[in-house]
This record gives sequence, C-alpha cells and structure tokens, in this order.
Amino acid sequence: MTRDEALETIRSVIEEVVPGADLSSVPPHANFREYLEMDSLDFLNFVELLSGRTGLALPEQDYASLTTLDGCADYVAEQTRGTGGDPS
Amino acid sequence: MGEFTMPSLGADMDEGTLVEWLVAEGAEVARGDVVAVVETAKSTIEVECFESGTVTELLAEPGTTVPVGTPLAVISPAASGPPAVAPGPGPAAAAAPATPLVRHQAAEEGVDLQAVHGSGRGGRITRADVSRAAHPAPARIAASPLARRLAVSLGVDLAAVRGTGSRGAVKADDVRAAAGSTGAAGEESAPGAAGGESAPAAPAGRAAPAGDRDRLAIARLMARAKREIPHYYLSTVIDLSAALEWMRTENSRRTVADRLVPAALLLKAVALAAREVPELNGHWIGGRFVPATGVRLGTAVSLRGGGLVAPSLADADRLPLPDLMAALKDLVARARHGRLRASETADPTLTVTNLGDQGVETVFGVIYPPQVAMVGLGRVTDRPVAVDGMLAVHPTVTATLSADHRASDGATGSRFLTTLDRLLQHPEDL
Repeated sequence: MTRDEALETIRSVIEEVVPGADLSSVPPHANFREYLEMDSLDFLNFVELLSGRTGLALPEQDYASLTTLDGCADYVAEQTRGTGGDPS
Repeated sequence: MGEFTMPSLGADMDEGTLVEWLVAEGAEVARGDVVAVVETAKSTIEVECFESGTVTELLAEPGTTVPVGTPLAVISPAASGPPAVAPGPGPAAAAAPATPLVRHQAAEEGVDLQAVHGSGRGGRITRADVSRAAHPAPARIAASPLARRLAVSLGVDLAAVRGTGSRGAVKADDVRAAAGSTGAAGEESAPGAAGGESAPAAPAGRAAPAGDRDRLAIARLMARAKREIPHYYLSTVIDLSAALEWMRTENSRRTVADRLVPAALLLKAVALAAREVPELNGHWIGGRFVPATGVRLGTAVSLRGGGLVAPSLADADRLPLPDLMAALKDLVARARHGRLRASETADPTLTVTNLGDQGVETVFGVIYPPQVAMVGLGRVTDRPVAVDGMLAVHPTVTATLSADHRASDGATGSRFLTTLDRLLQHPEDL
C-alpha cells in the first residue's frame, strides 16, 4: 500500500467511525482523536476497521503511532510494504 | 385484546413520536418482537411489544407525537377469531361508522369507506382517515436520527433533500446544505417530523424543535433531581496500574475485535460494587428506598451533535468481561448511530457517567431520579503515587459518588468506593 493509498484508507475509516467528520479541518500532525472527540470505543472501532482493511494486526503497543493522520499513514505504508522490517 | 401503548422510555419522558411501524395490520407478533420505532427527546428507540398475538389495528400514524400511555395499536391474543374492534359507544354496524360529512368527503375523493380503517372512537372513520386513504403517506425517507432532528429544527423538508449517505440516506450535512441553499431557517415553517401530512389519529401536541426538546427534557429532569434529592459527594483516586497491566497482557492475546478498553473493566467493577453495596443500587419510590433485584448499569453516552443518553447494561454484574465489552460496544454504537431497544432504556438501577478516557479528571454527576446514586469516572491519567514509601508514577482514575442522602449515608457511599478500589486491584477476578 502506498502512503497515499494508506491515507485514503485511513480517512475513509475515520469517516465511517465518525459520520459527518470534517477531516479537512484536521491538521496532519494533530491528534485526530482529540480533534474529532473520539472516545476509546470510537478509537477501538477505528483500529478494528483499519485492521480489516489493511490486514495488519495493529497491536495495542503500536497505538501511539496511530494518533495523527501523518503518523498513521506512515505506519500503515511501512507495515504493509512486507519488508519484514522491525516496526519499533 | 391488548393495547400497545406509547411506552415510557425513561423517567424524563412524557411524550414520544411514532417514527415507523415495523409490522402491518394482520401481522403475527410474539412477546419481545420489535414492532415500532419511537423517537423521544433524546434518541430513536426500537420498541418491543409485551404480548403475543395478531396486530389487528394500527391506531397511530407515523409522525404523530403522543403522550406516554396513548394506545398505538391493538393486539389480539393468538388464535382469536375475527379482528377485534375497539369497543365504543357506536353500534357495531356492518358498514364502518362515519359521519355524513366524512361520507361526503369520501365520495368526493373517490375513497371506498369499506376499505378504510377508522381511527376514531369505536372504529369511527374520521376525515383524516379518508385523507390518508386518498393520499397514502410517502415511504419513509432514509435519514440519520441527527439529520431528522436537524431537518425539524431548521425547517427543512427531508423529502426534498438529496441524500449523499449510503443508499442515498440523508445525512446531517445534507440537511445543513439544504437549509443553507434555501435560506430556510424559520422554525415556524418546520413541516411534520416524518412527512406525515394527515391529521394525527390521537391527541397530539405540536412538537417543539428537537434541539430545544432535548434541552428541555434534560432541564426538567435535572431540576427535579436537584430540587428533590439531597446529594452528598465522595471522591477517591484509584490506582489502575494492576488493572491496565492485566488488560494489556489480555489484549496482546486477543484479536482487534476482542480487545478490551479500560471502560469495560471500570464498568464491571462498578457493577460488582453495586452488588456488594446494595443500598446504592435501586430506586427512591414513594418516600422510601426500594433495592433492585439485579444490576442494570446506566452508562451515560454523549451523542455527536450534542445530547446524552443513558442506556442500561442489563445484568452488568454477572456478564463475563468479554461479553460486557461486546455489549458496551454494541450499546454505544447503536446509541450514537442507530437505535436502542426499549428494554435498554428501562430505568437503570445505578448510572455511571463518563467513559473515562478524554476530558477532565473528576466528574460529580447529578443523580437521575428515581435512582439513588451516580458514579463518576474521570479521565485515566498518570499521577505520582506513593508505593511502599517510594514515589512512583501510575495510571489512576478519580472515582466519585454522588448519592441520595435520604437513601444512604456517607459511610455507605464510602464503602462503595472502597469496594470499587479493591475490585480494581484484582482485575483477573472481574
């Protein structure tokens, strides 16, 4: 998955979790969870959907990489490249 | 013969709007079947029936707002003979009773009175019935609950809005866009909530704009709570390192779909504490405390676009943690995006506010009458704590209790919070 594809997937998942979310107002480096007032269940829902779309396990210890749109896109692009590189 | 009436879906509800029938006349229903969708000031709720039998008559039209207790449908017990007609003063004639004026209208509109169901007293056919037969109500427009509310408060006709949601469903943004493009903002021009153009079959009040109704419902209930209930407040900080450490280990073994969130552990612990301290689990009715038999844990869920609902998790103390987690996810998702069941809005025995991961550290709630306590959970946050004489940084939560001093004393409340703390130190037993 390219970074652009990753970002597109992430956006569509967020829009699914938070219907009517205005993603254009979320800066790429901002914590989108806080921006969109997503609680822990919303975030879990996001992780669950993203995992389904990307095939990634998204373990809990990696949640910190998933807080901003930029970080999330980097992470997904990196992880789906299948290089076997150490994610940490 | 039984009547299906507008149910009371919470202590603060005194009227509701019938949004949709999920059954038709003649349908067989069993106790517990979802038969109708009702919109209250707070949310859209699927309502189950309490009798088995045949739906012989639908008395109310979708879009009608009626007081709690108003008959909405007639359900005849199974295996009864011909459809029962509501008893009334009029003679049971072969032809449906109708006034000359109605007969005249029917003739003008080309409506066959024999085919019309009378919704008036004694099955009498009203002018509204004839209008309905002549101009059937349009099909229900697919729209989100928020979009419906906005449409009413902005005075937008949902039928005229182009939906951009899945399967053309109207979303809140579509309504806003439509309101903006026509400049319609006058609340006075608001059409009926669900496109029901005909006169209501039962006494109905003209509904106030939904946003205002939300606020009014909360205002009424909270004012009553503060007027009637002498609250006392307790607070304690609970160390969550054991609970969260245990949860992390558990989650590393689980697939994404089965992972737990701290809220699930906290709710389970609150439910168990409620069982151990039954003096706080129940209702203040008729001047005395009536303990509840089980724990129905109300969980305050904030809605996007404002407002609050507190659906209840039945048997929260007995549900295994994974089941409670699944129930919580389902409940919150349906509270926000879809519909709750009437049984889930049945009066909780104790309510918890704040799912505990965003916002402030401490919340002191206002008790929902007739309950006698409200548990508040703040954001889980790292704090310095003393451990074995040493300073450490641990994740903690501030748990508060607002309780009704008529029903309990501070010592009881204190026992509750201490119990909650103890339970959270042994997460494997939750």
